[in-house]
Amino acid sequence: MRPTASRLLNILVPVKRTIDYAVKIRVNPDQKGVDLNVKHSMNPFDEIAVEEAVRLREKLKDAVKSIKVVTIGGTKSQETLRTALAMGADSGIHVSLADSDPTPEPLGVAKALRAVIEREKAKTPVDLVILGKQAIDDDSSQTGQMLAGLLNWPQATFASKLVVDAEKKEANVTREIDGGLEELKCRLPLVVTTDLRLNEPRYASLPNIMKAKKKPIEKITPADLGVDLAPRLETLKVAEPPKRVGGGKVENVDQLIEKLKEAGITAVKA
Amino acid sequence: MSLASRRVARLAAFSLRRSAHASTSARYNSVNADDIAHFSKFLPTSTILSTLPPQSLPSSELSPFNDDWMNKYHGQSTTVVRPRNALEVSEVVKRCNERGIAIVPQGGNTGLVGGGVPIKDELLINLGNMNKVRSFDPVSGILVADAGCVLESLSEYLAPHNHIMPLDLGAKGSCQIGGNVSTNAGGLRLLRYGSLHGSVLGLEVVLPDGTILDQLSTLRKDNTGYDLKQLFIGAEGTLGIVTGVSILTAPAPQSASNVILALPKFENVLPLFVQAKRQLSEILSAFEFFDREVYDLAIKHGQGRALSEEDVEGAECFVLMETSGGKREHDEEKLNQLLETLFESDKPLINTGVLSQSPAQFASMWAIREGLTEAVSKEGKAYKYDISVPLAKFKEVVDTTREHLGSKGLLRDDAVKHVVGYGHVGDGNLHLNVVAAAYTPEIEAALEPFVYELVASYKGSVSAEHGIGVMKTHALHYSKSNVSIEWMKRIKQLFDPKGIMNPGKVLP
Repeated sequence: MRPTASRLLNILVPVKRTIDYAVKIRVNPDQKGVDLNVKHSMNPFDEIAVEEAVRLREKLKDAVKSIKVVTIGGTKSQETLRTALAMGADSGIHVSLADSDPTPEPLGVAKALRAVIEREKAKTPVDLVILGKQAIDDDSSQTGQMLAGLLNWPQATFASKLVVDAEKKEANVTREIDGGLEELKCRLPLVVTTDLRLNEPRYASLPNIMKAKKKPIEKITPADLGVDLAPRLETLKVAEPPKRVGGGKVENVDQLIEKLKEAGITAVKA
Repeated sequence: MSLASRRVARLAAFSLRRSAHASTSARYNSVNADDIAHFSKFLPTSTILSTLPPQSLPSSELSPFNDDWMNKYHGQSTTVVRPRNALEVSEVVKRCNERGIAIVPQGGNTGLVGGGVPIKDELLINLGNMNKVRSFDPVSGILVADAGCVLESLSEYLAPHNHIMPLDLGAKGSCQIGGNVSTNAGGLRLLRYGSLHGSVLGLEVVLPDGTILDQLSTLRKDNTGYDLKQLFIGAEGTLGIVTGVSILTAPAPQSASNVILALPKFENVLPLFVQAKRQLSEILSAFEFFDREVYDLAIKHGQGRALSEEDVEGAECFVLMETSGGKREHDEEKLNQLLETLFESDKPLINTGVLSQSPAQFASMWAIREGLTEAVSKEGKAYKYDISVPLAKFKEVVDTTREHLGSKGLLRDDAVKHVVGYGHVGDGNLHLNVVAAAYTPEIEAALEPFVYELVASYKGSVSAEHGIGVMKTHALHYSKSNVSIEWMKRIKQLFDPKGIMNPGKVLP
């Protein structure tokens, strides 16, 4: 039976351009930030989010009407959108900032996303927002949760498994928690944040990269959304963790015992 | 020659090699406790490992030095010394020269032809403790380093200076620059940066009589007399021990990208290479090929992230291309144009491909190619044939070898499990790997001299980059004339009249 219009899903995947996780981070001399003149790429957890959306379409086929990706940032953020389009997203929204603007904070991002979802309500109402659980530059892990709060939608965070029933507009989410795995049954519309084990993102294949060039990217500003992204937090100091002091080599067991004693380690009484 | 007498001749050649090794040890004295005492005068205890008194270590402690990386060649050295500088190396060699003790110089012990491990109980001189960078000039890019510096750590040293080593290979985490130079290592960047014969500017070598030959020049151009260093580059430690290297490093590319292309048939590799060279021109920095079977092995053994099922469907082989250049947009434009041309042509050379979107994906795609060697080793015991043959013959060589083994009834799970090929297409270098359940004389007899004769029929090289070591001394004549070999022997005699430097290697 073909899914009726009311049962088609629209998925929104917010993505963030961050310093690539393989780069060696260097703190700036002013101790207020890190050197940003290095390689950037899509936040790895956001990559997982895009991959999950594409896999949902592969599983549910026509039931997934659209996969939209959205990013907030300067001109280079567009490349992140293109990567997502090359992975299989349909279209992108670029909320553009000046290249000199500071990175928006989670609350600001959540408010902007809420505004985007409001905007999409008429034509393509969002049923599922899949976000990375945290960005690897600030490790906040707040945006998804704040967004759910602002929208008053259910949230299922740190997802390691996502099963969606488009007909019933329900989802079963397995979450990674300290005690193990927790299973939640949620109603759509729903906010999900991805954890590492949810999937392994695909390489962008050439046919998709070619197609991605023709996919539309809409450019809007925070003003269009009626959102103020000015920071509310002030970074006081950024510093490297204390350098690891090298160990020493000893020539024999007696020397080892001596060094251990010096370090204040005593033998356990039997 | 009849089949029976040919078989006898082959088995005879096999045992001849064995007895040649026995005669090797008859010429030399073994290390004894007096030698250890002598070394202890100038080497700290921590730099000597020996099964002889006073240390009397169990021989298992010396296994990492006595056994090669493939676990195919096993030396019986009683003593390993790890000097900290060229003077200490010189003192050790002087003693060995006086006493007539044979020496095996060793770097990272990642060689694939048994050149870096002892045959009998030669003294093992491991360069691992000589691991300091001596100097680096960021303007000229000239790096001077101890021979025992691990290749990857040199790359890491150069990174903040925006330079890279002119060579790169899968063994980079363990191989040492001295060993790379002594074996004239090739690797993944040769296409772009050339061979070590070009990028090494100077060497510090300890000669077989202990003399230190200091030619650690940092001059880019120096035409004053015979270029002696060229003799040591690729001599595999048979003319002297490399203790210091001066090498020209390259500016780090500002942008690098790679793509794995899935080809429906091997015949497309050659026209693909021609087109890539033409359209990418100076930004092409690597062009590697690997067949479907070895790709599957790599994924099976967890080397790098796999391509999706639909991307690999119908692919007979893959090509990994790397581009590197000064400006990302410029490189991307060239690469995209090439990919569009390939994809949209009437008779596409490729099924599909994947393009790296981030440094992490870039590394992961290389990991597949660089992990092929390890995957093969995990799958079984590998017979490796590193050969130069015309590019168009790559697949033919693999198929012919497989058919030959099949005709001997050796293609079974308990004998030969896989026959695969991968390599540096851009350099005409194929790594033919025969993966067996175990090393057996039967399989070896079926492969040698069959593979060497096959290579000779194409006028190819029986060792494109891996060197001769102990494995191919008898095969040298397939690629070099008797006149060449005779003059090589004369040079060896000149430098090492007592023949103590890595005996039994390279020269038959």
